[in-house]
Amino acid sequence: MLHLATTSAQPLATPVPDTSLAERLWLSVVSLGLVGLSVAAVAPTLLRDTAFWLGLLLLSAGTLGWSWLKFGRGPAGVRHNYLWQRGSTSRGVVAWLTAVALTGFYIVLYWWPQYLENLIRPLDGLSQTLRRKPADQWFLYGTFYTLAVLLMGARAYLKYRHSPYHRVRTLSVVFFQLGFAWLLPGLLLALQKPEFYFSYFWPLKYDYLFPGTVEYLVRDGQALGVFMVFWGAAMALVATPVLTYFFGKRWYCSWVCGCGGLAETAGDAYRHLSDKRRGAWRYEVSIVYTVLGFVVVTTALLWLNTYLGGTLLGRLSDEFSRTYGFVIGSVFSGVVGVGFYPILGNRVWCRYGCPMAAYLGLLQKHFSRFRITTNGGQCVSCGNCSNVCEMGIDVKQYAQRGEPIIRAACVGCGMCATACPRGVLNLENGPRQGRYQASQLIQAESLRILS
Amino acid sequence: MHLVIIGNGIAGVTCAQTVRRLRPDARITLVSAETAHHISRPALMYLYMGHLRTIDIKPYEDWYWAENRLELVQDRATHVDVLAQQVHLLRHPPLRYNSLLLATGSGTQYYNWPGQHLSGVQGLVSLPDVELMTRTTAKVRQAVVVGGGLIGIELAEMLRSRGIAVTMLVRDAHYWGSVLPAEEAAMVHKQLQRHGVEVLYNTELAEVLGDEAEQVRAVRTSTGAELPCQWVGIATGVQPKIELALGAGLATERGILVDELLQTSAANVYAAGDCAQRRNPPAGEAAIEPLWYTGRMQGETVAHTICGQPTPYRRGPWFNSAKFFALEYQVYGRVPPQPVPGEVSFWWQHATAPCALRLHYRLDATQTLLGISSMGLRLRHETCDAWLRQGVSVRYVLEHLGQANFDPEFYPEHEAAIVAAYNARHPEQPPLRLRRRKGLLARLLSV
Repeated sequence: MLHLATTSAQPLATPVPDTSLAERLWLSVVSLGLVGLSVAAVAPTLLRDTAFWLGLLLLSAGTLGWSWLKFGRGPAGVRHNYLWQRGSTSRGVVAWLTAVALTGFYIVLYWWPQYLENLIRPLDGLSQTLRRKPADQWFLYGTFYTLAVLLMGARAYLKYRHSPYHRVRTLSVVFFQLGFAWLLPGLLLALQKPEFYFSYFWPLKYDYLFPGTVEYLVRDGQALGVFMVFWGAAMALVATPVLTYFFGKRWYCSWVCGCGGLAETAGDAYRHLSDKRRGAWRYEVSIVYTVLGFVVVTTALLWLNTYLGGTLLGRLSDEFSRTYGFVIGSVFSGVVGVGFYPILGNRVWCRYGCPMAAYLGLLQKHFSRFRITTNGGQCVSCGNCSNVCEMGIDVKQYAQRGEPIIRAACVGCGMCATACPRGVLNLENGPRQGRYQASQLIQAESLRILS
Repeated sequence: MHLVIIGNGIAGVTCAQTVRRLRPDARITLVSAETAHHISRPALMYLYMGHLRTIDIKPYEDWYWAENRLELVQDRATHVDVLAQQVHLLRHPPLRYNSLLLATGSGTQYYNWPGQHLSGVQGLVSLPDVELMTRTTAKVRQAVVVGGGLIGIELAEMLRSRGIAVTMLVRDAHYWGSVLPAEEAAMVHKQLQRHGVEVLYNTELAEVLGDEAEQVRAVRTSTGAELPCQWVGIATGVQPKIELALGAGLATERGILVDELLQTSAANVYAAGDCAQRRNPPAGEAAIEPLWYTGRMQGETVAHTICGQPTPYRRGPWFNSAKFFALEYQVYGRVPPQPVPGEVSFWWQHATAPCALRLHYRLDATQTLLGISSMGLRLRHETCDAWLRQGVSVRYVLEHLGQANFDPEFYPEHEAAIVAAYNARHPEQPPLRLRRRKGLLARLLSV
């Protein structure tokens, strides 16, 4: 997928060296896998299943082999050579093609799932085994998504194998995606229980605290349903503030969440594309808190409506679910959020759209022990930290002034600390007292940065 | 008040920011020929390797300067008239100043080698340097880097990122012999080996050999060997840029001479950063400190003097850091490369992993800590600085070592092993006990 290296118009544009024969080989296997899947998508029934499984096998083997070749061997450490010069990672032709392909997949998935029939049917066997029901487009999507987290998780693990923090964190997101977002919901269906994601909470799964969902879970799930409602409410309203108080937003966003899981694995190569400018930050706060406010107000209104016996809103709640589900659930989190990875970076949804991230961010900024400490006066303003920040935080603005980084957006991925060549940044859960204390070893000039 | 600053490096920019804070009404003009905006010089290598773009190495966005009323003039200062208090520029009208700061920085130091003018011979100090290097190394297969210091190893890493074969010529018997003790240098040598860099120690450049097209074709070393190469990187130190000061009739030596207030020999003219040379530096401190950190501190100090609060330059305990390929290095205080009478080092190195710690201390009853350095371990600046200022003993440092641990979460902690190693090496002393581990939990449990 990445072998059509093109240069982009960067100031120090330089021809990217020829891809080695071994790398071409592995990338050819990946390409063959994609060809196999494409063939399966249009092939007659006879050929369909063979092409599908062969394609998937080649895609997986190719991705693993390429990851090993690229990151598994040689000295471990920060590997960013040619990051801004290779077209695939700097909005070149390959990046645009990838974005179009990803976006196209989401559009077909949401609006024309009938065209995915050929890809859905081969999964019937797996779906029957796991869920005791035939596959549908969402099972296809969930399976591909989980596979992407698994395969690219292996890549992330190899790439960051020098850092215990990233090794543990990568295993964690893979575990939660595979176990909590794929196996467990499937098993629940097999056991004739409501499909429920224990790793997603309100306000991200906005409807988990809607009266309609609560009613349905309690009715259809019985004792387990009551537990699900309890779990959803307890995680959203009790565990989230408590965990965020001790560890910051990262316990969820870069350790548990599936959206974060995909961003940290499949999206890792695009993290530097996030916009670091002040203007982008202004968009971020105005959009993401609006989404959060919308979810909170709607949830409150729906409960009020239920309490008043439906006299307040009538059938408006259904309308809302549909509209929100379309605008936010599909267009924002899917089409833009993942489809535009290669253009806008891997955390567009998390940064601009996710109400859970906004909620966690408010907690992190105001009620948390978490901060990224800067190490005295050691910063040289090189900009590596800001570059790798997937949430678009201009980290060096803080580091070069010796100030701790306390930002609502920070998902605590820890990449800034890893990329820093001078050992300046460290994720810490210290006491709240003195949390904003800047280093005495550097004069934090008071000229304003964010406003 | 109109403050004119020649140079938009870290010294000049820090001075401008500090003056803006102290004197909100001051007019401040920064003049630079190299770039329109301030850039981070230590980040130049990342441009070449493709990790970053030019906009990424600007410490501040472009709006910052106008919003804080810091006027930028991209032009070359050609002459300073200290009597008329005017700076003449190449393309702009002259600037009248009340105070003038020369923060002109430094350039590559050449030692009049035969052939140093050839195409393909250059240093790495400025943005034009890295742009030139990008062009001139495009087709290079073999390169020679002259000088075993920080810029030398940066050049080696840059060239290796493009798969170019690199030979380093190092004057001393080991890498960075003027700064690093032999054990640290051996660890750096391992990095060089792992990343495929050939190193020739006790070897200097004798001559650069060119072809008919005035292009480098080889170098001849002080040992008589001829190494074929198409590119030569000069990393034998930097030289203060003093042309402007010389033209203005200021007192200079290697650098622009300044007193402890960073004032030059002319009234209302100051110098800071790489270009400044202190007339009487305190014992143990260099007269010229060509370093990002000292440039920043000098810029901040001189701003106070310019604003009417005369402040001598006192930088406090030394600190520095670097990354040798994948190996991080930090130092606080004084860690001499050679043994010093009356002082001694405790050196700990992990059996297999590339991490090590050195505690340098006075060899007397007080065992006062003089310096602390680490390879592959991150140390907390505040803690080390406080220890050095308080003059604690090396025994205290070892017992509280966890306090200085700045490694990320889940990283192995070596404090216990380090204390055990010290006890094993000093059976004559009462054994030390690690009282302070890393982290909050340890703080709560240990009291």
